[in-house]
Amino acid sequence: MTNDLMVQAEGLVKRFGATHALRGVDLVIPRGTVHGVLGPNGAGKTTAVRILSTLLKPDGGTAKIAGFDVVHDAEQVRGMIGLTGQYASVDEDLTGRQNLVLFGTLLDLGRKGARRRAEELLEWFDLSAAADRTAKTYSGGMRRRLDLAASLVGRPEVIFLDEPTTGLDPSKREDMWEVVRSLVRDGSTVLLTTQYLEEAEVLADEITVIDQGLVIAHDTPEKLKRIVGGQTLEVRPSDPAQLEKAAAILSEVSSGVAADQIRKGVLAVPVTDGDQALATTVARLHAAGIAVTELSLHLPSLDEVFFTLTGRTATSEAAA
Amino acid sequence: MSVITAPARIAAATPPKRKPFRLLRHSLALTKRSLVKVVRTPEALIDVTIQPALFLIIFVYIFGGAISGSTHDYLQYVMPGVLAQTIATGAISIGVNLNTDLQKGIFDRFRSLPIPRSAPLIGAVLGDVVRYVVVTISTFAFAYLLGFRIHTDPLHAVAGCLLAVLFGLCLSWAPVFLGMIARTSGAVQGIGFLVIMPLTFASSVFVNASTLPGWMQGFVKVNPLTHLVASMRGLFLGAPVGTHVWWTLGWCAALVAVFMPLALMAYRRKV
Repeated sequence: MTNDLMVQAEGLVKRFGATHALRGVDLVIPRGTVHGVLGPNGAGKTTAVRILSTLLKPDGGTAKIAGFDVVHDAEQVRGMIGLTGQYASVDEDLTGRQNLVLFGTLLDLGRKGARRRAEELLEWFDLSAAADRTAKTYSGGMRRRLDLAASLVGRPEVIFLDEPTTGLDPSKREDMWEVVRSLVRDGSTVLLTTQYLEEAEVLADEITVIDQGLVIAHDTPEKLKRIVGGQTLEVRPSDPAQLEKAAAILSEVSSGVAADQIRKGVLAVPVTDGDQALATTVARLHAAGIAVTELSLHLPSLDEVFFTLTGRTATSEAAA
Repeated sequence: MSVITAPARIAAATPPKRKPFRLLRHSLALTKRSLVKVVRTPEALIDVTIQPALFLIIFVYIFGGAISGSTHDYLQYVMPGVLAQTIATGAISIGVNLNTDLQKGIFDRFRSLPIPRSAPLIGAVLGDVVRYVVVTISTFAFAYLLGFRIHTDPLHAVAGCLLAVLFGLCLSWAPVFLGMIARTSGAVQGIGFLVIMPLTFASSVFVNASTLPGWMQGFVKVNPLTHLVASMRGLFLGAPVGTHVWWTLGWCAALVAVFMPLALMAYRRKV
């Protein structure tokens, strides 16, 4: 059904002087889904979000939000989007509450409506206790929550989250993920940009990978993962003298693939069934009397994804 | 080609009818934001509170004797001049602040909201009125301590002050424009001072204009600060006002007519 596409972008092009930030990007996001846009710094993620949220005019291509053109019907588009990210933020000199009330007033919620909405959001984002402190005194995590709350004041249908968890510690990251999930449960459509494959995998229904202004892959997380390969098991023996013995065990676990020393004292092997491999490795290392200080499973990093998809390492030279 | 219609729920979510006076309401909401910021960071008002006191002391006690022969007489003469000068230099800071603000995320947030594009600028300019009021009060208070007295009546004095504040409000659109087109806030500050300095000195702000060389007189006669200061001298001290008030009001209108559209245009282009 075409009328349930909340975001439709076709052939978006944007140049900044001689640099091509976007070279023909397509994006289609059905209502009530999360779309992950994955790419390294400078891939064009932020440029795409700025065009979709009417902050930038594209040099080529078209984009529609719920059927409204981002250039010609910018006002209607602004009425139904919420933007959170590296750019759109809050006023640091105002308190959390004052910020939210200001945006409520600007969205014509009325004096009472704006206050009530601010109260709701402060509570939801666990900011009630800090509501009357200026935003500049907030911690990084609180700032992100306030930024996000600010973009939800008008109950937007489409929410753009531009790298919402960059720089957050892992526990705060999961809080943010929970928020995204609850937004989708309430019927919102979310476009999320990220540099973390894990984040896109956990949240997104579909993932678009962009690099240097071009879409290089677009698929569901499951299929994308199959393309880029499985997980990596990393082990750091406590005693460097036991590296060789540990390498032999790891090689057995990954059915014959030789273990790489990826950092000084750290061995890595690719594994297909991560949980099984982890359990086996722990048991065998223990049986061999090898103590370890580090033992972990990793998804392929963004660099590895790019290497697989493009055959070269990710670059961050192109303009943002 | 398929026609894409917005789902019914969306149509209901957007307000069916726009409330009237959006520009005014949104600008005032953003004015309130500026005022809250002033209350939060009173140190931002230091320039407009300390500077007039400093200039009064410098001009009255260092140049006063040489210019008028009496520091007391010169104080009466120069007080409206210092007030005008502080308002003119104080106007530069709105351009500097907006230039810095534009780099911050808050303006992107404003641009992503369904509000008139010009509302954040108009809000900022209106919020700056408080600076001009503070300048006026602090200049008056300090000059009073030094011995300045009003020779007319409170009503005339208040009219003179209001004229000064109005002038500051209208003049500030020029630095706002500068703030929109300059690449750095330092450039706004530098260019602002380059323009304001000759305006304040090549005028009747500090000395009687008739003592200036003939080639400068032409500039002095049209200089808005000459007219503003002459109006204030008339309203505070009872000197003949003549057409100075009309000249000042004319300059106010001209400044807004030229720089407000330029500033709004430059702001839109920034988007």
